[in-house]
Amino acid sequence: MIRDIDERIQDIDKEIETESSKESDYAADVKIKELKSERKKLLKQCSNPTPADKVYLARHKNRPKVDDYINALFDDFFVQRGDALGREDKSILGGIATFHGVPVTVLGHRKGRNINENMEYNFGMPEPQGYRKAMRMMKQAEKFDRPIITFIDTPGAYPGLEAEENGQANAIAKNLAEMSALKVPVIAIVTGEGSSGGALAIGVANSVYMLENAVYSVLSPEGFASILWKDSSRSAEACDLMKLTAQDLKRFHVIDGIIPEPLGGAHHNPQKVYRELDNMLVAELTKYKKMSPNELARNRYEKFRHMDAAIIAKAKK
Amino acid sequence: MRDKEQLYVNHWYEDLYNCFSHFLQKIGSGVKTMSIFNRTKAEQSEDSAGSKHSGHISDYSEDFETAGKDNKDKSEIPEDSVVETITCSACKKEIPAEQMRKCLCVCPECGAHNKISAKRRMHSLVDPGTFRKLKCPVPFVDPLAYPDYKDKIEGLQDKTGLDEAVLLGMGEIEGHKAMIGVMGSEFLMASMGIAVGEKITHAFEIADKYKLPFIMFTASGGARMQEGILSLMQMAKTSAAAQRFGERGGLYVVALTHPTTGGVSASFAMLGDITIAEPDALIGFAGPRVIEQTIGQKLPAGFQRAEFQEEHGFVDQIVPRAEMREVLSQILRLHEKRRWPL
Ligand SMILES: [Zn+2]
Repeated sequence: MIRDIDERIQDIDKEIETESSKESDYAADVKIKELKSERKKLLKQCSNPTPADKVYLARHKNRPKVDDYINALFDDFFVQRGDALGREDKSILGGIATFHGVPVTVLGHRKGRNINENMEYNFGMPEPQGYRKAMRMMKQAEKFDRPIITFIDTPGAYPGLEAEENGQANAIAKNLAEMSALKVPVIAIVTGEGSSGGALAIGVANSVYMLENAVYSVLSPEGFASILWKDSSRSAEACDLMKLTAQDLKRFHVIDGIIPEPLGGAHHNPQKVYRELDNMLVAELTKYKKMSPNELARNRYEKFRHMDAAIIAKAKK
Repeated sequence: MRDKEQLYVNHWYEDLYNCFSHFLQKIGSGVKTMSIFNRTKAEQSEDSAGSKHSGHISDYSEDFETAGKDNKDKSEIPEDSVVETITCSACKKEIPAEQMRKCLCVCPECGAHNKISAKRRMHSLVDPGTFRKLKCPVPFVDPLAYPDYKDKIEGLQDKTGLDEAVLLGMGEIEGHKAMIGVMGSEFLMASMGIAVGEKITHAFEIADKYKLPFIMFTASGGARMQEGILSLMQMAKTSAAAQRFGERGGLYVVALTHPTTGGVSASFAMLGDITIAEPDALIGFAGPRVIEQTIGQKLPAGFQRAEFQEEHGFVDQIVPRAEMREVLSQILRLHEKRRWPL
């Protein structure tokens, strides 16, 4: 289990820190050396994560978050808040920025990195206002010919009383429909966990990428186990059955590519992940530059229209 | 009794028409003068003169099964079940099955709208003899290799007489042609997997091809978990199809019925130009149980019901089942003539 290894590594990191803060002496140096070699050995054991391991890594608290990606990949970020209909939903972060000098619209689910931030951002679970805010930004991007880049990382749309009153279903449906027809390039990246319609509502893109250890599924493994077997503790079993890893989704033609992660997960070397993402975005945007606005909309429509065509054709045989 | 007569008359016309059209084809004449027969048939031969994809195609047989008595696929005609009484889900009274059928499963005692099978619903909506099932075979797909999934689907196909959780086709409502879809909650809670998504998307495309309005009766527990991520993708596929249909000027009417939740509510069910709902239908994204667990309190009475959705602005009108045909006919009538400016 990567969880155990990862927790041990976190302990080692803490120990190394305490040892390093001590007066330098021979014993401490030896200790640090030992710890570092143990850490190295442990990391090597992370090379073949199971689906359940990936779910753990995808939700890791130290995993880069949407604001990390925005800071690392874009310049001149101008944050945009509110749905312009009465509410600001902090579980979506977005705005205008430049990518290699080109204005783009960037947005994504915001989970926060500690319990206070988690609470403030509702653990990255948007209410309808969050989806409407996202759509407002995307419509503006279309108006001003800006490519759209979205970062997906959510346990799902928030299942709350007010969320229902304000039309959670309606907000998600509208996003799916309107995103499908946008006349600018849309690139979506599943960076952590992408669960249910709450993830897809900012994921109807010309190109969809996943980080190597990200997961994307019809709902969380816990929810899956709870609905189908009335037992949420069977989530590890659900992880195996659900086919929710990047490699599975690539086989299903649901995603276009996988962004490699360093051993042990993205948080072990975020810079490497940012570089990979930067390369991918440059390549994708260069590709879509050649398409007219109508071609871009058609390209996206066809992608989702025929996403399962190969699987249907295979079943026919 | 009247219905039977109508059915008979329709068939009679059809047979007569068939005789005539053979005759006319032989002598190489058009059938334009044959307005005595329904327009469909008359336009059919016009189309064979080569006006394909003009928006006035009327050779429906490419995309629809034939209507009427020779139809091998009796999708419209519900089987009469063997049960003698049906228990009302609301007042728990035992109602004679015959009486329940006559009332379209609306309880004669308390007025509760009990579940109605997809076939029976379709039968209750269309003019007799006008239903033509949409041709759209989708093979069984099992992307997760989910245990016993195939057996389950095959069992349901036998039991319900449906090939999947949605029944689609063309029919007339008081003479107005439309593409009509009815989801059958008797088929695995009418959850949306690849087959349901594909059929509905195809129906949007065919409705656009023939410039038919599209009426969709939704009912669903949401995405089909057993098909994993590909069931989620059906939300994007069907929503995109609804969007495109709308951009091309198509009229899309949604009738929300009990229960419409999850991935279906958050896709094509919420994208209608006109949205009506049956009384007391549960309509929402998250299920009530999940919400109660999340917020740690009981939900108020009437939460997520059709009346609640109407109050919050997501439903145009609540329409009792008995008035459904009439209201749909009105909606179709109001959209039939687009003549502005006069
Ligand atoms: Zn009753």
